[in-house]
Amino acid sequence: MTTLEDAISRSQHRSWLSRIASQQLFWIFIAAIVACLTLSLITDTFASERNLFNVARNFAFVGIIAIGMTAVIASGGIDLSVGSSVVLSAMVISVLMADGMAFWLAAPMALGAALLVGLLNGVLVAYGGMPPFVVTLGTLSAVRSLAMVLSDNKMIWEFGPDHGLLLWVGGGSTLGVPHPLYVLTVVAIVMSLVFKWTRWGQHVYAVGGNEHAALLTGIPVKRLKVSIYMFSAFCAGVAGILMAGWLGSVTTNLGQSMELTVIAAAVIGGAKLAGGEGTAIGAVVGALLIEVIRNSLILLGISTFWQGMFIGTFIIIAVAFDRIRHFRS
Amino acid sequence: MTRLVLSGISKSYGAIQALSSVSLVLQPGEVLGLMGDNGAGKSTLVKIIAGNFPPSAGEMRIDGETVVFHKPRDAQRQGIEAVYQDLALCDNLSAASNVFLGREAMRSLGPLKYLNYRRMNEVAADLFRQLKSETRPRDLVRKMSGGQRQAVAIARTLLSQPKIVMMDEPTAAISVRQVKEVLDLIGRLRDHGISVILISHRMPDIFAVADRIAVLRRGELVASKPAAESSPEEVTGLITGAIDAA
Ligand SMILES: Nc1ncnc2c1ncn2[C@@H]1O[C@H](COP(=O)(O)OP(=O)(O)OP(=O)(O)O)[C@@H](O)[C@H]1O
Ligand SMILES: [Mg+2]
Repeated sequence: MTTLEDAISRSQHRSWLSRIASQQLFWIFIAAIVACLTLSLITDTFASERNLFNVARNFAFVGIIAIGMTAVIASGGIDLSVGSSVVLSAMVISVLMADGMAFWLAAPMALGAALLVGLLNGVLVAYGGMPPFVVTLGTLSAVRSLAMVLSDNKMIWEFGPDHGLLLWVGGGSTLGVPHPLYVLTVVAIVMSLVFKWTRWGQHVYAVGGNEHAALLTGIPVKRLKVSIYMFSAFCAGVAGILMAGWLGSVTTNLGQSMELTVIAAAVIGGAKLAGGEGTAIGAVVGALLIEVIRNSLILLGISTFWQGMFIGTFIIIAVAFDRIRHFRS
Repeated sequence: MTRLVLSGISKSYGAIQALSSVSLVLQPGEVLGLMGDNGAGKSTLVKIIAGNFPPSAGEMRIDGETVVFHKPRDAQRQGIEAVYQDLALCDNLSAASNVFLGREAMRSLGPLKYLNYRRMNEVAADLFRQLKSETRPRDLVRKMSGGQRQAVAIARTLLSQPKIVMMDEPTAAISVRQVKEVLDLIGRLRDHGISVILISHRMPDIFAVADRIAVLRRGELVASKPAAESSPEEVTGLITGAIDAA
């Protein structure tokens, strides 16, 4: 019987290898590593501590939101309003803090405001039966406008008594690692576990895979969808607070067209727009790759006008890869 | 006691009258073969009993008690399980995940609860063994054959101790050997006192397992009689309308 067991273990071994190699994430990760190595070799600035610090911090913002976006996309939806949730959250915290409120009070208020946006999105999509694209396109516009009203369209750069704390939270670092990266790490680890090991995670994929079937099995699809859009808005809200602290000033164009970068990161990281697939780690790696591309263009002195071309190409390659994989199997 | 009593169940989709005043009785451990032409209303009846939507009119009683279902979960709580014609599976999940969808097995670590994949895989493997199906619990449904999908959908219904299992054309897409397994399974369900409603267009399947045969024609129940007192010829006549009623 050893021969049979050998054959089985060998075939399992092979399928393990080929499984990894057939993961889009694996190749995206390789691409990011190769890009990093090449840049370290041909520029002396890329591998510098200062630049790596910047890359780490910049990609953390997109990464955090992309994890929320991945949940939405995996459930078969889309959230175009994340950039507006970012500015709303940043504006709420800065207006309140400029008014003298403590950071620890203002931050939950900012997150609350973002969560309300998510609640509205979720209710309109789940209970109103409206297409997510249209609903979140609406809130994209409405919420940014709300942030403008809230701030009277002025730049806020004094955050009251806790000014220093906000700047430290968003722009500071501990042990040489920027704080947003800590937040990203925590969100990524927690959500990886949640996606894989909780009912919620399982149901997100189920709804994305076959919403009708999910309904028939008694999954509370509507409530689930509301929670998914709220989670996405929550991630955007967290990023908004961090970005306010990092920039040291908040204007109403904060997070403008960020949704495109975030969706790109999620899709490059393996989230399937048709629903049913996507991982937290994928979102992080996708965000990293985009930031590395952006950074390398700057370092190489290539006009940033080319940035969109590169990111666009990667999105299409990522999706094409997925098609080829499905075609083969 | 009577397991299920339907009285005067009607359902219309706008102008289409899919069911008109259907009354039917099902005993514990009885296998009911439900037949009828395409569009006769078989799937509609199954969906009403399974709680997908309420009937436009009529009453349903389980074990003597009147029930009103607002969602499939309500019917499941009463022990009603269904295999739908389109199987209703999530292609992107594993066989075991599909079997347990909506009632996942959990383990707890202190206050945290997490999915018990090991238990779900074991139980699913066990169910597939019972069904004599070569379905591996960890495989994605996307990669499965028609028969394996069928097994996943049927295994779902056996997870809890059901009172009534309804199968909407469970033998439509599977091999001869697997048809026999499904029919044997239905026999085993009956032996356990579970009532089965089997929908099929295949006369031999129905006559092989059904205790009672009901025929729907354009939304009306034209016959409900013991299989032993009927014949394939009579049923064919009832389906087509050559025989008015029996
Ligand atoms: N969602 C719906 N909306 C409108 N009409 C419907 C709907 N579902 C079914 N019908 C109509 O109701 C009638 C009964 O359909 P049903 O699916 O119950 O038939 P069936 O007996 O299961 O047929 P088949 O053997 O083809 O599966 C048909 O005329 C069908 O067109
Ligand atoms: Mg049907």
